[in-house]
Amino acid sequence: MSSPLVSRVAAQLARRARWRPYEIAFWLLALASVFLLPGRHLILTEIVILGLFALSLDLILGYAGIISLGHAAFFGFGAYVAGLLAAHGLVTEPVLALLLSGLAAAALGFVSSFLVLRGSDLTRLMVTLGVALILRELANQFAWLTGGADGLQGVIVQPLLGLFAFDIAGHTAYVYSLTVLFVLFVIARLIVFSPLGLSLRSVKANPLRAAAIGVPVNARLVAIYTIAAAYAGIAGALLTQVTAFASLDVFSFERSADLLLVLIIGGTGYLYGGLIGAVIFKVMHDYLANLTPQYWPFWIGLVLVVIVLVGRDRLAVWRAAIAAALLWPFRRKPAAPEPEGSGR
Amino acid sequence: MLTILFDGIAYGMLLFVLACGLSVTLGLMNFVNLAHGAFAMAGGYVTVVVVNRYGVPFFAALLIAFLVTALIGALLERTLYVHVYQKSHLDQVLFTIGLVFMAVAAVDYVMGSQQVFVQIPAMLQGRFDFFGVGISKYRLLIIVICGLLTLALQLILTGTRFGSRLRASVDDARVARGLGINVTGVFALTFAVGSGLAGLGGALGAEILGLDPTFPLKYMIYFLIVVTVGGTTSITGPFVASLLLGIGDVAGKYYVPKLGAFVIYSIMIVVLLWRPQGLFARSAGR
Repeated sequence: MSSPLVSRVAAQLARRARWRPYEIAFWLLALASVFLLPGRHLILTEIVILGLFALSLDLILGYAGIISLGHAAFFGFGAYVAGLLAAHGLVTEPVLALLLSGLAAAALGFVSSFLVLRGSDLTRLMVTLGVALILRELANQFAWLTGGADGLQGVIVQPLLGLFAFDIAGHTAYVYSLTVLFVLFVIARLIVFSPLGLSLRSVKANPLRAAAIGVPVNARLVAIYTIAAAYAGIAGALLTQVTAFASLDVFSFERSADLLLVLIIGGTGYLYGGLIGAVIFKVMHDYLANLTPQYWPFWIGLVLVVIVLVGRDRLAVWRAAIAAALLWPFRRKPAAPEPEGSGR
Repeated sequence: MLTILFDGIAYGMLLFVLACGLSVTLGLMNFVNLAHGAFAMAGGYVTVVVVNRYGVPFFAALLIAFLVTALIGALLERTLYVHVYQKSHLDQVLFTIGLVFMAVAAVDYVMGSQQVFVQIPAMLQGRFDFFGVGISKYRLLIIVICGLLTLALQLILTGTRFGSRLRASVDDARVARGLGINVTGVFALTFAVGSGLAGLGGALGAEILGLDPTFPLKYMIYFLIVVTVGGTTSITGPFVASLLLGIGDVAGKYYVPKLGAFVIYSIMIVVLLWRPQGLFARSAGR
């Protein structure tokens, strides 16, 4: 029974979900970096992992409106699961271990989502922060398993699919992480443009009205929180696999806070924000850390304060202007589509 | 056993003085101030500097810590915070985290990253026995000072004109404004006093909690628990929550040292499952 209205809505949704030229350009650029910047693959790998992590936060912050101060909980959990699987030789194939780490983080996300659902923004801040602290403390106390404050030693990562060994210059690692990022990005894109993603937008805009039109608000939030946890877990597992090490640092509050900054620089709610933010953040971090190795958090803090005082919406305007300028060559007869809903 | 209870109460009282300013500003302006711990740290460092370097008597130093932090609070409130009240919670969180990072790095730069100690006067050191209960003099002082402060706060809130204005503004800022109450002024004063109290708490707590540049990050979770568990509508809620947290934390670290750090998180989760809006919140929680 497809009434004209239904088919019109379906057609419009399908048009919204189409791949834009600038998106294709973005990924071609990423692919080109594999060949054009062979000397920078180590830092590019870091950027990709950070980008994937930020993408995960975007799913809950940009699409569900949940502010998290402890997203590093899932990142760290995935990192330790991957590390333990490799260190004890349980699952030696990296891709399989990556999937398992993602599943483990998803399970943790599913359980903790019920705590996050309760209460206001403030309660959520406390719960997310608390969950990350609990995990950090667990990793610290159970030193026989995790190595405690010394970090997890003896992680030996086997060749990818039994074919490609990880090399010292990080070429394999970069191609591997970029592929993982791309696959997960495509899945995230499908999720966001699916009915699930649409209902999440309505939940974010107004939970009460969303419930009134029959959206099961809590079930949707649990679902997206679990998915985002899986993404963060995979990002953490990637970090362990490419560095062959995991330490308590993966749970740190600074990691969660930096992540918020990454996402805010890039803009929330259009998936590319985290990736673009990761590039800008890493470049900025590199520059500042060279300038003042010990005190760079000061500048990170300053950037946060200035961004808020200037206003994120104004940032979004500039971003749109820059995007429009960059997209000039791709412009077709109608105006080029801008990243919708960027910022807030 | 009773000694642990005593230490726990002292710890809890300290937490209350540290966090009560936060709970009032949260209730009043619905403003999430994660930088509250930075004011406490400021108070602690002011005390360290004036006592250790300039030899100011300890009690005078406490007063100075209160005044200086209140001044910093008022200054920041008027210049920076005032622009952020109307923004979303996400903006407030980002803004105050930014402030925390700046404070941490700045203190690290000026004072160094190692832990510092206040030289407390000899008459406050040591402990005495009271019917078989070992009582530390310094903790007794904390209980006395914080107890008096709590009483004073309660009296001000319930008994004075300013208190009733404050409560009216917390309950409904728009109606209060309509009645001619200068909510902005009330808030600025409350913010300054709350920051000052945090500074005083930081000064008193330097000995017990330890003072280093990461103080605001380490105790952020404690403040959040006190405020969310206690609610923001009265000061009785945060007070009970602080005592619960203080006693729980001290007892946990003493009896099960390996799992001691988890006690407060367990309290947090249990309370959250049992009363999601906080222990004492009215049904229409913000």
